[in-house]
Amino acid sequence: MSIQETYASLGLSDYEYDRILELMGRAPNYLELSLFSVMWSEHCGYKNSRPLLRRFPNTGPRVLQGPGENAGVIEVGEGWALAFKMESHNHPSAVEPYEGAATGVGGIIRDVIAMGARPVALLNALRFGPLDDERNRYLFREVVRGIGGYGNAIGVPTVGGEVEFSPAYSGNPLVNAMCVGIIRADEVVRAKAEAGEGNLVVLFGAKTGRDGIHGATFASDELTEESEAKRSNVQVGDPFAGKMLIECSLRLLERNLLVALQDLGAAGIASSASEMAARGEVGIEIDAEKVPLREEGMEAWEVVISESQERMLAVVEPEKADEVLKVCERYELDAAVVGRVTSHGELRVLDNGEPIGSVPAQYLADAPVYEREVQRPSYLDEAQRFDPDDLPLPDDYNEVLLRMLAHPSLCSRASVYEQYDSEVGSDTVVRPGADAAVMRIKGTKLGFAVTADVSGRHCYLDPRGGGAAAVAEAYRNLSCVGAEPVAITDCLNFGSPEKPDGYYGLSECVDGMAEACEVLGTPVVSGNVSLFNETERGAIYPTPAVGMVGVFEDVSRHATPGFKREGDMVVVLGGIPRWPREGHPLSGSSYLEVIEGKVAGRPIVPDLAAEKEAADLVRTMIRSGLIDTAHDVSEGGTLVAFAEMALAGGIGFDFAAREIERFADDKRHLQEILLGEKGATFVVTVPQNRWPELQEALSGANIGYDDTGYTGGDRFVVPGLIDLSLEDLRRARERDLFEQHAPEGGHLG
Amino acid sequence: MTNAMKVRVLVRPKRGILDPQGEAVKRALPALGFSGVETVHIGRLIEMEVESADEVEGMCRRLLANPTTEEYEWEVVS
Repeated sequence: MSIQETYASLGLSDYEYDRILELMGRAPNYLELSLFSVMWSEHCGYKNSRPLLRRFPNTGPRVLQGPGENAGVIEVGEGWALAFKMESHNHPSAVEPYEGAATGVGGIIRDVIAMGARPVALLNALRFGPLDDERNRYLFREVVRGIGGYGNAIGVPTVGGEVEFSPAYSGNPLVNAMCVGIIRADEVVRAKAEAGEGNLVVLFGAKTGRDGIHGATFASDELTEESEAKRSNVQVGDPFAGKMLIECSLRLLERNLLVALQDLGAAGIASSASEMAARGEVGIEIDAEKVPLREEGMEAWEVVISESQERMLAVVEPEKADEVLKVCERYELDAAVVGRVTSHGELRVLDNGEPIGSVPAQYLADAPVYEREVQRPSYLDEAQRFDPDDLPLPDDYNEVLLRMLAHPSLCSRASVYEQYDSEVGSDTVVRPGADAAVMRIKGTKLGFAVTADVSGRHCYLDPRGGGAAAVAEAYRNLSCVGAEPVAITDCLNFGSPEKPDGYYGLSECVDGMAEACEVLGTPVVSGNVSLFNETERGAIYPTPAVGMVGVFEDVSRHATPGFKREGDMVVVLGGIPRWPREGHPLSGSSYLEVIEGKVAGRPIVPDLAAEKEAADLVRTMIRSGLIDTAHDVSEGGTLVAFAEMALAGGIGFDFAAREIERFADDKRHLQEILLGEKGATFVVTVPQNRWPELQEALSGANIGYDDTGYTGGDRFVVPGLIDLSLEDLRRARERDLFEQHAPEGGHLG
Repeated sequence: MTNAMKVRVLVRPKRGILDPQGEAVKRALPALGFSGVETVHIGRLIEMEVESADEVEGMCRRLLANPTTEEYEWEVVS
């Protein structure tokens, strides 16, 4: 293999190789090239996205740790803090969905442990192609099994998430996992190796094998049985070892035995050690032969870049090393002193004392940055030209509602989340199925809420507006349960950045998100970028998943979407947007996709000030105890929101006839009210005797509201348009997403 | 099923792949006083009676084993 083929096989460009030569002043060996390849990858080095990520605000009054660490950290109050991050595991899940999803969960848990936090909640954002395809059904079923298989066994509840289906994700599923951990604010651990020279590097956790090694084909270009056996292994997760790793790490920290802690993810020891060294501005030497191995005959370079799961790297003062090893033994984890901190500033790998590779850690940390060309894609003008007003009006709203409720992207998610343990740990206050999960912090009145949101369809039709809408929806969802939104983590799933029209989507989405984060006061504190999500049919929809975390001073003051009482007034309230509004409320709507089979038009451009005003007001009313029932209007419009609230509470709904009469002459307007998706809108309920209080609360605000109907009975009625029993709605919505057979490949075992 | 033949399929984790079951057993044996255990790998044995062996290969690939993480071999035993 020529040197050019070698670095190309490692994903390095000619330009990058030249730059390495220039930096090093000599030709790197294979190990050194591997280090650059990994540290300069998008996953570690953000070479295509760094200039864009700088646009995100990342500070705020509650932010204790912004981007650049293993996870972001925010303050809750009374000395408590939350560490959280979201990360993608798209490619591994496409290859081996069960283990890909499982190790995605394990990986994000380790990021949170590395901050010293105890993982207490998991979420996920998933995308698959349509379920009429066997392969998609297989991927969907196995990914869900993998998330449950790992999360349930490790004892961290999976409390929320989202899943959607679209042809845009056929063959390229998205598996984004998020973890939230709890920690005392003054005990946050940082992954710096700063305590300097002479300290030891300890590797603990599972043994190291040939897992996920990129260059395995390099060893031989002829495929022999031996080279076949040396090929990289699919990573297999071991949640029981993962559980031991959580407890062991927290015990080591509690006993003050560690100087720094870092999880091992992509590129294993090499990337963890070089990140620690670069952050701490020190050097690290690794003795490859001291790493506990699972397989025989591993080469030193394989050892340091192996991606075996369930491992952590710690910096330890020499006199504490024995105690650290003893604690690891107690948790049945392998542990060894595998290196030391030095002053030379290099990441150096030794094999039985002989240096076999050495690179200044700073070079590895300084990945090249590409300012990519941006070009508005040609499909956008075409798609946005579509005018929903050209469509016929629906003639049967009964059928429209039932079909929408039964659509895989809108129906009940119970068949997914019922496979997850959402209550282990006993801190789950509001389980999956509400706008956001609500968790308590044991022993206090404090709590937090967390949600994951994005509409790929919206981002496809209007990347900037869609990016802003994802943040706004998360903000609404947290506000609906009564939490004060604080900060976000994100997972930017996009196609190739090397195509100018693909990069446009990424750049525009980031701009939209950044603007929304600014206006809504929710900085980005951690995140992950996954590019090149493409198949021969093209790129996925731009899908910037947003995971937002909010806090409660008193977690008992929260709301849920289900109707609570008969005879409550049902009130739709929304921010009054600036006029004229760009876009059309039916453009890019669920109605258009489900009923008309179209993903087209220009969606309403989010009005962020209106979003904030409406959401903040809803939260204030929940906190004051005025309302305990709230739901945001998003996919499917108010009609679907009403139906979801009626079903969640098991109480019927009666739309006020005068509302229908008001629009008797403007059926299009009525359709927009029922099915439009325009953001900044909520449905709340209030007992009739408290209606004056609600009006009072709304009077000072720039909020429009309508008392749209009443709760009660067991029917769902919109006079003249819809008359269905709750049972009809339930049958449509409570659909089993796994009802269709999926191929059973790899299912035994 | 007069013409039935007995087929035995052996499935095991691919060489080198993490085998959490095997690891757990390997750790537990010395704790019970059994020494000298170098490696433990746990797979599974599947016995079937089939009319013809023609489809066994496909059964292995699509259901009995997960070719991404496991290897298999099979034989007609009677």
